[in-house]
Amino acid sequence: MIEFRDVTKRFDDGTTAVNGLDLVVEAGTITVFVGPSGCGKTTSLRMVNRMIDPTSGTVLVDGRDVLGVDPPTLRRGIGYVIQQAGLFPHRTVLDNVATVPLLTGWTRRKARQRAAELLELVGLPAELGRRYPVQLSGGQQQRVGVARALAADPPVLLMDEPFSAVDPVVREGLQDELLRLQAELDKTIVFVTHDIDEAIRIGEKVAVMRTGGFLAQYAPPAELLTRPADDFVASFVGKDRGYRRLSFVDSSGVEVAEVPTIAEGAPVESSSDWRLVVDADKRPQGWVAPDSSSVPGGSLYEVGASIRGALDAALSSPSGLGVAVDAEGRLAGVVTARQVLDVIESRRG
Amino acid sequence: MIFADAFGWLLDPANWSGGKSIPVRIGIHLLYCFGAVLGAALIAVPLGLFVGHTGRGGLVLVGGSNALRALPTLGLVTFLYLVVGGSTVSVLISLVVLAVPPILAGTYAGVQDVDRGVVDAARGMGMTGAQRLWQVEVPNAMPLLVGGLRNAMLQVVATASVAAFVGVETLGRPLLDGIRVLDYPQFVGGAILIALLAVVLDAVLAVVGRLVVPAGVRLSARTGKARPGSAASRRREVPTPVESGGSTA
Repeated sequence: MIEFRDVTKRFDDGTTAVNGLDLVVEAGTITVFVGPSGCGKTTSLRMVNRMIDPTSGTVLVDGRDVLGVDPPTLRRGIGYVIQQAGLFPHRTVLDNVATVPLLTGWTRRKARQRAAELLELVGLPAELGRRYPVQLSGGQQQRVGVARALAADPPVLLMDEPFSAVDPVVREGLQDELLRLQAELDKTIVFVTHDIDEAIRIGEKVAVMRTGGFLAQYAPPAELLTRPADDFVASFVGKDRGYRRLSFVDSSGVEVAEVPTIAEGAPVESSSDWRLVVDADKRPQGWVAPDSSSVPGGSLYEVGASIRGALDAALSSPSGLGVAVDAEGRLAGVVTARQVLDVIESRRG
Repeated sequence: MIFADAFGWLLDPANWSGGKSIPVRIGIHLLYCFGAVLGAALIAVPLGLFVGHTGRGGLVLVGGSNALRALPTLGLVTFLYLVVGGSTVSVLISLVVLAVPPILAGTYAGVQDVDRGVVDAARGMGMTGAQRLWQVEVPNAMPLLVGGLRNAMLQVVATASVAAFVGVETLGRPLLDGIRVLDYPQFVGGAILIALLAVVLDAVLAVVGRLVVPAGVRLSARTGKARPGSAASRRREVPTPVESGGSTA
């Protein structure tokens, strides 16, 4: 658990980065600090491992005032991941990951063994361990950065805009990877970002901060979208927050209907209906229109996943029928946008 | 042909034996060069590391080292010879003064130029100041540090000739003698020797550089990851050996 008690940080040039912050980061959760630049999110994070000391107030990690621990000792017990990874260029990937174990007095052999385990954990092939950071892609470097932070198995992980320097596709992969890791490791993670979508995607709780170092709202992401505390939060979470909120509603209430199908490669007979093309494993491949032409399909959603996916499947489908699949990607049925909206309406009740 | 005559002088067996022969002068020249660069490194490397690591005193350092550069070596040698008396001491001190600025600039820039994210990560991982310096900053400063040493060596090799003015038998002797008695083959021959020595020493230090620069840092440098506006790009104010050698010898 990390606790901020009335924490204020004023820099020598007179700017106030953090202003009377009171906040509790619960153990075993991912808590995201989000806000525009100059809102004090990074400063708040850096006060946890004493990269910056507060002007006044107290920061506690597991009930202990961090100012009472000497910085190197404190930092070796807290994982730290930064933007661009900050890997040591002169050390191999394996030795980068082994940094903290070596600092805490492990033998080189044992530290490297541990480092190899961690590379596997973050999904990197073992042979990358012999390479140098400059020989890796940005996404790989960031994974190594996460592995390095986890090497000594710290209970707390601080992540300062770790994924903002990689392209959006890679970023999404890294976010999924982090969520997978967290399900396995159950760390207390503080994650700083300026990207509200990232915050909503990975945060169990999100602290929205405002320029000048004020905490505007601290709540689970669904609550930020449904009940923003003020105009600042409302505008920060964006105009389409009503639609995004649907990410947090499950689609179990939406009944799927049957749909006529055509086996892939089979002859097409004329019909007045849209028909779904499926392969031998019943995986949807696209549509055949009433005029017998083939049309690519829309997005798919998994039964029971968020209702946002169900609505998008219906809206993006050329036939107006959203295609639901099971966990193996096999056809489960179809839904209409009207059906989905009815479920949303009934949930409001 | 002046060059043919110069080669004649270089190949004359009479110049290759005895107490004032070419080999002896090369040896003395080398002794002064290595002594001066070593002495300068002992002063400049620790100072450069300290200032680069702490970030304190950078302004004083740059100012002071630029002031040192403005000192004409020949004038300094003569002055020290008159004040101190010993020719060896006055020549060595002067060459050390000449060699300090490039080594200082290289070391300081090398440490300053280490990626801020890398230094931040080193702190965040829990390295103490000393661990950060030796395990992260020094290895990554090596390319510029060695560059500073090479620069210093080139300047010192060219400028050690001035030792001849106070009677030391360096390769400056044939230059001085050649000018005095208008023996141009001897003058040009001496100049060729100094140039060759500079090239050979620079090559030797380049090899040393390959050995002490970590492989990962060399790879990073090759892919050109140096950022514009970094200390590395500001460092170019170090005078080239040709300029400084020409103005003092």
